[in-house]
Formats: sequence, C-alpha cells, structure tokens
Amino acid sequence: MKWYDFLLRNRGEVIQRTGEHIELVAAAMAIALIIGLPLGVALVRRRTLQRWVLGIANVVQTIPSLALFGFLIPVPWIGGVGASTAIVALALYALLPILRNTATGIEEVDAAVIESARGMGMTPRQVLWQVELPLAAPVLLAGIRVATVLCIGVTTIAAAIGAGGLGVFIFRGVSMVNNSVILAGAIPAALLAVLADSALGILQWRMAKK
Amino acid sequence: MTDALHDGYALECREVTYRLPSGATLVSGLNLRVAQGETLVLLGRSGSGKTTTLKLINRLLEPSEGEIFISGRAGSEWNPIQLRRGIGYVIQDAGLFPHWSVEKNVALVPHLDRWPEDRIRERVKEMLELVGLPPAEFATRRPSELSGGQRQRVGVARALAADPPILLMDEPFGALDPVSRTELQREFRALASRLGKSIVFVTHDVREAIFLGTRIALLAAGRLVGEYAPNEFLHSTEPEARAFAASYHLEREEEVR
Repeated sequence: MKWYDFLLRNRGEVIQRTGEHIELVAAAMAIALIIGLPLGVALVRRRTLQRWVLGIANVVQTIPSLALFGFLIPVPWIGGVGASTAIVALALYALLPILRNTATGIEEVDAAVIESARGMGMTPRQVLWQVELPLAAPVLLAGIRVATVLCIGVTTIAAAIGAGGLGVFIFRGVSMVNNSVILAGAIPAALLAVLADSALGILQWRMAKK
Repeated sequence: MTDALHDGYALECREVTYRLPSGATLVSGLNLRVAQGETLVLLGRSGSGKTTTLKLINRLLEPSEGEIFISGRAGSEWNPIQLRRGIGYVIQDAGLFPHWSVEKNVALVPHLDRWPEDRIRERVKEMLELVGLPPAEFATRRPSELSGGQRQRVGVARALAADPPILLMDEPFGALDPVSRTELQREFRALASRLGKSIVFVTHDVREAIFLGTRIALLAAGRLVGEYAPNEFLHSTEPEARAFAASYHLEREEEVR
C-alpha cells in the first residue's frame, strides 16, 4: 500500500487531526499574543526588566518540548493530560520571539522620529499607537511568524500527552512501524508550517514595503 | 506679581540648571530672554548644552533648578502636551514620520488639535507653498521620496502648521549639503522676518549664527558665555567667542583660495 492510499482512505481523520492541530496552535498563539504584546511594550527601554524577562523566556525555550509538557502535567489548574496543558506549553514557547521582537522592534524605531513626535505634542499613547507600533510592525510580524512556525512544529509532540493534532498519526505510525501512517501526520504538519510561514512572510513583506 | 516684567518676552529662562541623575551638569544657571519676533541663536560646541536647553524649553526635559517662562507663564504651570503643540520643533534629521505622507506629516499638530478636515487640508497646502514645495507634486509623497533639503522644508512646514508663536530649531540645516544649506538659510531668514515668530535656533556654525540671528547667545560647558549682536560677535575679546571667530575667518580664507 502506497502512503497516499492511507492518507486518502483516512482523509476524514486527517482533516479532523489537522483541525485539532490548527486549534491548538491558534489558542496558544492567541494567549502568547495577549500576554506577549503588552509585556513586550512594557519591556521597551527597561534594560534590567528586559534582561530578566527575556532570560526566563529563553530558559523556557531551551527546555525540550516533551519535557516541558511533562513538567506541566502535575501543575494544578492547568495541568493534567490533554489539550489545555499542551496549549499552555505552546504559548510559553511562542512567547519569546513575540516578546523579543516587540521590544526590539520598538527600540529600533528612529530616535529622531520619536523625539519629534513627543516634541510636537503627541501623548505617550499617541506615540505608541501612531508611531512606534506601525513602524515596528514588520519586526513584530517577523516575531509572530517565527512563533507560529515553531508552534506548528511543537504541536506534533503534543499528541504525546493526549492533546490530539497531527502528531497522533506520527506516534501511532512509530509504534506500528508503519511509514504510511507516520507520513499521514508528517506531511500535513509540514504543509501547515510552510503555508503559515509564506502567508506571514508575504504580509511582512507588504508591510515593510509601505 | 512680577509678570509685568515678562511682557514682550516670548520666552525667558531664569537661573535654569539641568543635572543628570548621575550628577553631571549639562546646563547651569542659564538666563536667557527671547523677545517677541526675534531669532536668538544658541551657538556652542558639541556638548555645550544647546540641545538640552531646547528640550528644557518644550519640557522634553524638566529643569533641576530655575524656571522657564513661556508667553509669561511658568513652564511648570503648562500642561506639557499643550505647551509643545504651541511650540514648533524642528530637529536635524527632520524626524518626519516615514510611514506618513508629506501631507499627513505637515497636518500632525492641527490633527492632534482636532481642526476640521477641510481647514487642515487648506492649511497644509498653504504651508507647503510657503516652504517652496508645490502641493500638487509633493503632498502625497513619502519622506523617503524626498531629498534631504526637501525633508527639512517639510519639517519646517510641519512646525509652522498650527501657527505656534514660538519655534525651536535644533541644527535644522546641519546635515544638508552646502548648496541646499545656503538656500534654506536664505529662505528661512526671509520667512522668519515675514512671520514674526520668536525663534530659538541652535547651531555650531558661526556663519549660520551671524546670518540668521538677531542675537547670538554663546554657550560653553552649559554656561552662557555672553550675548552678542551678530555684527559685534566677531570682534569680541572673549576667548570662546574668539575661537569661533577664528574658525569663521579660517573658512573665509579657504574660500578665497
């Protein structure tokens, strides 16, 4: 049996698992953005705080993903086996690129532009929303792009703690020693990553051009 | 009150000192007065406190000691945002917003002050014409599509848009090529005398100071060394003034050769 035969015959489950995969990524990214964007803005030009927060986020990112899932399972409230634990872990992974790019993107905005914005009588809020964020947008988006692709990749491992997603096929295939089953998870996951990367890449390019 | 004393002065610094948290003093005991409609040039080397003084005037920095009076009112009594909207500010790199068109850049302060749209549009047109940029050609351009001189013209138009009585200029022509610089200096001098704005102009270029100033305040190491009429500056016996005068004569000689 060819690998695509398996894929076609089980397309119902493939679609379902892809849906789960996207849901996990979307939920994790939403949390990472809700926390990461404001926190990133707060880190701008606060050297010490920035070093600490980015340092912690960096450490989190160096923890192997399976280990991070493992660490979170015993944690009350969020823990346990299933999607919610996976989402928290994924959000933690996505946080670093979002934080870092938000803070550095804003810091890289031309100082003369900020000075004249303030000097002309813009309020700090107006400077942030009308000057800093629009000018930092391409860098910010680059962070979101990295985080999304990373998330799509790590989500395949979330199947190990019962969160579902395309990783289910991969783990099942490995235990069955069946390449067709592995590929039924691996190929759609790879496609998702490539698609998300190019879509955000195009958006980023368009913004930078503006 | 003593307010009668301020009448006729657009701006007055009284014993103004600015210290960094580290303790370094950037401006110390500065006394300056700018009369209505005059151009006071702050001349000095890098680090003499010129730019710091400008930022103290529009409250981008707060004086550690002393007080600055603007239109007869103490700076600390102003709401800083309102104060800044009433003071035009032009800096060396123009500081135009790269993501906005020329039109939108010039409209910044009228927009912040919520002028009606049609009045803003009219005002922008008027301002662009004033600085010699035909609106039909330039209004929709991005700052990146302009030359350095054109950008600086937009900077001036933006500073003048809300018709502020006071204008602060921080080496606005410093980064331009000599030809554009001379051109802009000439036009700006004519503009300044026509509009009757009170201007504080920062430069380290003696020629520019003499050409544009109605008065020159010489700063060194955060202190006021002296105030001069443009025609007497070159004859001063004060050492710092003589150093600047020497650089002026040297340039002249090089031109003759």
